[in-house]
Amino acid sequence: MIGLSHYLIVSGILFSIGLIGVLRRKNLLMLFFATEIMLNAANIAFAAISSYYGDLSGQMFAFFIIAVAASEVAVGLGLLIVLYKKQGTLDLDDLAVMKG
Amino acid sequence: MEQFAFYLFSVLTIGLFLITVLSNNVLYAMTSLAAGMVIISGFFFILGADFLGVVQLIVYVGAVMALYSFGMMFFDATRDIKERNTNSYSVFFLGGMIALLLVVMFSAPIMGENIVAMYPVPEGANNPQAVGLVLFTKYLVPFEVAAVMLLVAMIAGIILAGKKMDDSLTTKDENHEEDLTFSLKDNR
Repeated sequence: MIGLSHYLIVSGILFSIGLIGVLRRKNLLMLFFATEIMLNAANIAFAAISSYYGDLSGQMFAFFIIAVAASEVAVGLGLLIVLYKKQGTLDLDDLAVMKG
Repeated sequence: MEQFAFYLFSVLTIGLFLITVLSNNVLYAMTSLAAGMVIISGFFFILGADFLGVVQLIVYVGAVMALYSFGMMFFDATRDIKERNTNSYSVFFLGGMIALLLVVMFSAPIMGENIVAMYPVPEGANNPQAVGLVLFTKYLVPFEVAAVMLLVAMIAGIILAGKKMDDSLTTKDENHEEDLTFSLKDNR
């Protein structure tokens, strides 16, 4: 039997991997991938706590997180396509249009 | 057996997500992300959350990854991405430290109290039945709000991506490209 802390440690490692990706990436599409990793790490923690305490609220929150992630991807990809039409690039440094 | 599966899955997900974060190729990053999602659904099956695992497979691997691959077709994704990274060691250090700080912050109040199940799993129901019972009684209003949110997101996606879909993104005609460079130079 594996303890709850094992799941939480794996979830924390995955979350920090996603956080490193968010801090490191300059391409907007890759930045979206990193946010997906962070959402999935949170889902693992929710499911583990829900299973170990016999409470279904954690799984409910995981469902709503999945719904939020799906709608985020739909709107975000639409915005990326509009941006790519306008600027021709997805690099974050080139988007600093208000640079003085 | 359960321990073996857990350690195998955790090593595989960490490796695959590291490839996603560190690779310069969009195709490699996306395929390793999809594989990691599949293995995360394996975690859910180990934990006894069968319905959540199936939803993870359908929504993430089916819908989200398909959306990303459609998005990849719009952008020129075959070449490697050039990124100007300043100092990656400091980024790793900062990311690890911030994550550790967040874990400590959010787990400190939990450590002190005894957690009692608010909505315990109903007796004699398997996981999808229990999920249905809780979802359609205690969480009915958030469920409906989530449905409205998905509708809004669908309309926003159609309107944002569907405008002027007839002109291509990657092969621009000459005039338009000149216009673009000129306006960019103007902005600088």
